[in-house]
Amino acid sequence: MSESRLKGWKELPIGGLILEAGNSEEYNTGSWRAFRPVLHPEICTHDLMCWLYCPDAAILVEEGKMMGFDLKHCKGCGLCAKVCPHKPSAITMVEEGEAEQAGK
Amino acid sequence: MGTIVAYSGNQAIAEAMRQINPDVCAAYPITPQTELMQQFASFVADGLVDTELVTVESEHSAMSACVGASAAGGRVMTATSAQGMALMWEIMYCASGLRLPVIMTIVNRALNAPLNIHGDHSDSMGARDSGWIQIYSENAQEAYDNIIQAVRIGEEASVRLPVAVCYDGFIISHSIERMEILEDEEIKGFVGPYQNKFHPLLDVEHPVTYGPVDLQDYYTEHKRQQVEAMQNALPLILRVAEEYKKLSSRGYGYFETYRLEDAEIGMFILNSAAGTAKEVVDELRASGIRAGLLKLRIFRPFPYLEIAAALKHLKVLAIMDRSESFGAMGGPIFNEVRSALLGLEKPPLTFNYIYGLGGREPSLAEIHKVFARGKEVVATGKVEVLHDYLQVRD
Repeated sequence: MSESRLKGWKELPIGGLILEAGNSEEYNTGSWRAFRPVLHPEICTHDLMCWLYCPDAAILVEEGKMMGFDLKHCKGCGLCAKVCPHKPSAITMVEEGEAEQAGK
Repeated sequence: MGTIVAYSGNQAIAEAMRQINPDVCAAYPITPQTELMQQFASFVADGLVDTELVTVESEHSAMSACVGASAAGGRVMTATSAQGMALMWEIMYCASGLRLPVIMTIVNRALNAPLNIHGDHSDSMGARDSGWIQIYSENAQEAYDNIIQAVRIGEEASVRLPVAVCYDGFIISHSIERMEILEDEEIKGFVGPYQNKFHPLLDVEHPVTYGPVDLQDYYTEHKRQQVEAMQNALPLILRVAEEYKKLSSRGYGYFETYRLEDAEIGMFILNSAAGTAKEVVDELRASGIRAGLLKLRIFRPFPYLEIAAALKHLKVLAIMDRSESFGAMGGPIFNEVRSALLGLEKPPLTFNYIYGLGGREPSLAEIHKVFARGKEVVATGKVEVLHDYLQVRD
């Protein structure tokens, strides 16, 4: 799904059919989010418990390191913040509006 | 070349289904549809068709199996009546919304309660917004001709909509009439193989998703497409009728007019009672009264421009409904026809009669009463009661 322009009724396949397999990646489920996860890299030890538990595969990992969040698909469930073994957690949930204002 | 036979409406449809030879038929028995499907089931048992007959446990399942089989890429037919159609309700919207050209016979019957098994139009009229094309038939011949044309109309690529062919329970479904059936090869050639498949599920090389969630961002566009498909059906219905006429010598349009061209008082009616009303028109004409009739064939899509053009010269039009729309301004046909006429510079005066509920048969004398009322309205120029009951005891 393109953010800039959604297809009109003359362009879409009829019947609500989706003709491409593996298309859920295109759906911006991040727009459903009320709380946004924010990473505190100074606490994170890259144990990847968040990656293991995330139901939306929205934890970005490169070469075994926790690199942040796929915010197009993160629905903001907060599971990552909860399962982080650190006290305090290396991930906190911030209200989406506040996070946007803070430019996080 | 056809064969003249003595068939009931249900036999005529079973015979048409044998000739169409659909891939799948899923159905559940309900009066007065039962003997149609019983007859077709015997064709299946005797190996006269290749159809996979799915004997399901309810009409909800019947329509669900039809939707699945149609999405898989099959040509699919079924039949029902009244309570059965009511139980299909949810899935009827899935058939149209998923753009699956399921072809269904609705043997019109009153809806319970109170319990009644006889013919009126409350079943199919209630489903007028379900996104199905609706074709109405006066007799067994028309039902047979309509179901064959329905296959071609529903499956056309620009349409792809389910089609319901309706006729009156018992009075048509169980009465035996003289009619003509065409040769098996002629029907086979006319309907042809099912070609306009749209991403069938059984095409496993090209996987697609049927029925995903469709929210605020797309649902409106998909509904708009359905509106377009209904519009596309209008010219197609005439083209298919023209082609069918070459085969059968029987012509069909959106409606039939009977002595309407120079009429002063008209009647708007559909299905079996139109036959009775034509008789009354002849009697009135013999006594010098300029009576005429319009019998509707295509209710969805509603050909409102053509209807208005055909009725514009009338002084008075009696609009007949064989179902009620409780709390509305008259019956469903009245509402739509009256709306269609409002675009005219000088529309005829209209009034609505509810008749024939639960199979109460409109006699010649009852239809005469309607025209007598029409004469009064011509004389006074006034419609005192807009929505009235033709056949009710005080």
